[in-house]
Order: sequence, then C-alpha cells, then structure tokens
Amino acid sequence: MIDEFVVPLLKILVVLFAGVLPAVTYMVLLERKVIAWAQSRLGPMRVGPYGVLQPVADAIKLMLKEDITPVKADRWVFTAAPIISMVPALIVYAVIPFGPTIRLFGKDVALSITDINVGLLYIVSVASVGVYGIILAGYASNSKFPLLASLRASAQLISYEVAVTLTLVSVILMSGTLSMIGIVNAQYNSGLWFAFVQPLAFVIFFIGGLAETNRAPFDLPEAEQELTGGFHTEYSGMRFALFFLAEYANMIVVSSVATTLFFGGWLRPFPNVAGLHFLDVVPSWIWFLTKSFVFLYIFIWVRATLPRYRYDQLMRLGWKVLIPLAIANLVVTGIVKVMLV
Amino acid sequence: MAQAIAFYTIAAFILGFAVLVVTTKDTVHSVLFLVLDFLFVAALYVMLGAPFLAVIQVLVYAGGIVVLYLFVVMLVNLKRPPEAHQDPHRMSKLGLALAAAVLLELAVIVASGYARAAGPTVPAAALPVTGNTEQVGWLLYTSYLIPFEIASMLLLVAMIGAIVLAKRDI
Repeated sequence: MIDEFVVPLLKILVVLFAGVLPAVTYMVLLERKVIAWAQSRLGPMRVGPYGVLQPVADAIKLMLKEDITPVKADRWVFTAAPIISMVPALIVYAVIPFGPTIRLFGKDVALSITDINVGLLYIVSVASVGVYGIILAGYASNSKFPLLASLRASAQLISYEVAVTLTLVSVILMSGTLSMIGIVNAQYNSGLWFAFVQPLAFVIFFIGGLAETNRAPFDLPEAEQELTGGFHTEYSGMRFALFFLAEYANMIVVSSVATTLFFGGWLRPFPNVAGLHFLDVVPSWIWFLTKSFVFLYIFIWVRATLPRYRYDQLMRLGWKVLIPLAIANLVVTGIVKVMLV
Repeated sequence: MAQAIAFYTIAAFILGFAVLVVTTKDTVHSVLFLVLDFLFVAALYVMLGAPFLAVIQVLVYAGGIVVLYLFVVMLVNLKRPPEAHQDPHRMSKLGLALAAAVLLELAVIVASGYARAAGPTVPAAALPVTGNTEQVGWLLYTSYLIPFEIASMLLLVAMIGAIVLAKRDI
C-alpha cells in the first residue's frame, strides 16, 4: 500500500513543488539577470536584495491581472491551449532519473518517479503532444499574427522533431535500452559518457532542443518584432504565464534529457576511475542538477549571444543539414556497433 | 473487476469521442476530438500491458499525423459554409454499403474470437528476450519480417510519390 501509492505520490509532490515549479520561476529571474549582465545592465534589482524576490512579485502581478478572452476567439480551445502546453511539460518528469536507488529512512527509494521500459520514447511522445498547445493557441485567438506564429511553430517543431528523434536512435543503439535508468547504467558500464562517443548526436540534439523549445536563435513562433509577440499575443494574465512557464519547464526537460543521455545522468565525472572516489562525497542528485544547470545556462547564453534565424534558414538548417547528419551518424553508429560486436 | 471498470470507461470515452469527431461542425474541434480518441486508445494499450504500442500510438498518431491534419485544416478556408449539394443523399448508398461491410467484418472477428477462446489456448512461444520493446522488435524481425518489410516499402513509395507530386521538375 505504502510502496504502491504513498511513495510515488510523495515523489511526484517533491519533484513538482520542490523541484520543477521553483526552478521554473527562478529560471525567469536567472534569464533576466544573465541577459542583463551580457548587456552591461543590472537586471531586476528592486524587489528584495539583488532582485531575488522578483519571481514572487511577477507571480502576484500575473494572477491579479485581468484575464481577457477576445470576443471572436474560439472560447473552448482558447482556454484549453495553455493547459495543453503545460501538462506535457510537467508529466515528462515522471521518467527522468535524478539519481540511483538510495536508502532513505530505512527504505530503498529510487530517485526517479518511475522507470518504464519505454522511458525515452515516452518523453518523445509526450513532447510531441505539447505541440498542440502552441498550434491551438494561435488558431483559437482568431487573429492573424498568432495564426502565422502557430503555423511557423508547427512546421518548425515537426521538422526538428525528426532530427532529434534520429539522434536519440543512435543513443539507443549505444545503450541497447530505452529505459532512462538503463541508459545511465550503460554509460557507467562502458566507462564513457555518451557525449564522447556520440559528439555529433549531442550537438544535433542540443540544436534541435533549442528549436523544440522555441528558444533563440529559433524563437520564430514568438518573434516580437515581426509578429507583435507570437502565438500568445492575445493571452493575458495567468494563461499567458502558463505558456511562459511551459517553455521554461521544457527547457529543464531538454537539459535533463541531455544530461541523462549524453553526460551520464547522476554519475560523477569518470565514474570508473577509482582514484577519483573522493568525488562521491557529492550526492548523485547534486551531480545531476549541476550538469542540468550548465545546459540551462547555455540556453540563456545562446539567447543573449545569437541573433534569430530567418525562416528559410531555419528550414534549410533543419532539413538539409541536421537530418542528413543525423542519418549519417545513425548509419555509422550502426556499422561500428556491428563491427565491434 | 477494477480492470473491467477501467476498460468499459475507456471504451466509452473512445466511442464517445469517435462520435464527436464525425458530428462536430467545426473541423478543428473534430481534429481535437480525434487526438483525445487516440490518447484513450493508447490508455487501452497500457491496460493490455503493451506500453511500447501505447507510446508509439501517441507518438505517431496523436503527436505526428494529427498535427499534419491540423496544419492542413488551418490552411484550408473554413469560414466559408460547406457547399450544398444538389442531392444530399447522393452518397448514402455507398455509405450504407461500407458501414454494412465494416459491421460484417467486426462480427466475424468477434465470432472467431469467441470460437478461439472456447478452444484450448496455445501459450505463446517463449521469446529469448524480456521487456516489451525487445519482444516487439524480436517478433518484427523474425516471425513478421516480410509484412514489416512490405510496410516499410509501402511507406517509401508513399514518400517518393509525395515528392514527385509536389516537385514535378526534379
């Protein structure tokens, strides 16, 4: 009874309310701060020391704002769209392993909500459902700029999904399993993080991840200059905030998946070198969070550095560069794997 | 007992959404109900202990194909009311014939299923691999190799056909 229901429920509550939601709100602050520093500004400084309470102030402001639904909007779809984009972003965390099984209060507790046989595919499929939130938001607003943005978004997300999924296949070839914990264990057994055996796959995955989360330089669905905002132009208050939070939650997902697949998840650096045992002082989940944080920082760094792609450049990069490279990488991985066995 | 309740609930949702797909006036709503329908079918697969199939169902149908449907529906002008046909019943004969054929097919499947359930069930041959994904892969590349290859050829032909149609002068 306790193992079946109470422990998973506690894990879900901890991951959501102690992990994802604070992380998402503070990512907003971190992004504003880092971009400000990159542009020789200070960023938010007014609320709390160095602006650390800014997310709280933002949340209160967004909740108190008037919630407007355009008269000509498709009311049901307009209401459902923010929820549709938020839910997939949250349920993905069910299969992300934050650490190995540890002993806690005299019980063996796995530091992941669940470990299913099809973990990686589950993430890909749930992420593919998240596309609907953006498409429907643009459609339901019944306004031309959001509609343009949502058409851009759907084409972009479908295109880059192909390349990302192909790189995941080469990772699966290396690990021989789809389970997220199995993939980390495979890296432990081979003694090498997959980023070193699959560098090309990692680069394609990360570029695709930027595009899948609508981040700069691929943030065409929310280009302020061209589309007066993007797919969420007609949204206000908490519904707008949901899109915003979903984007940050997706960034955390991409970072955690990149960490798990390519950088050994919760493993310390050089997991098989006995001389580095003193690194085990740091708990495994801190290694995981540190690695993920590095990726989140790179996300922000890229936004502060690179200008936006033009739409035809985006499509050309996706279809003519990334997908052929991913296929070539997959073929080479397959051949090498067969030769070595 | 709990399984039966879950099955009938999911089945009711599947049928309900399927009815909504064909009766809704707004095409975009109809596509959305189709997505919900696919998600509930995936839930049915999970109940049957086939997580791989469930995830593929969500990935390919709910996440992939229906997005393309939505894409097409949004590009088509839907504000214009559907053109009234001279004869509103012109398709009804064909529709009735198709419906009767599907009904017959379903009846045969159900009947043969009962016939088989009555007889002694042959246990499935033990596979050398464990895990749902591994088992599906093993079967696809051993017992069902030829259907699998034919299906992939069919997809390749469809892909080439689409390119040829879209780009007449290559």
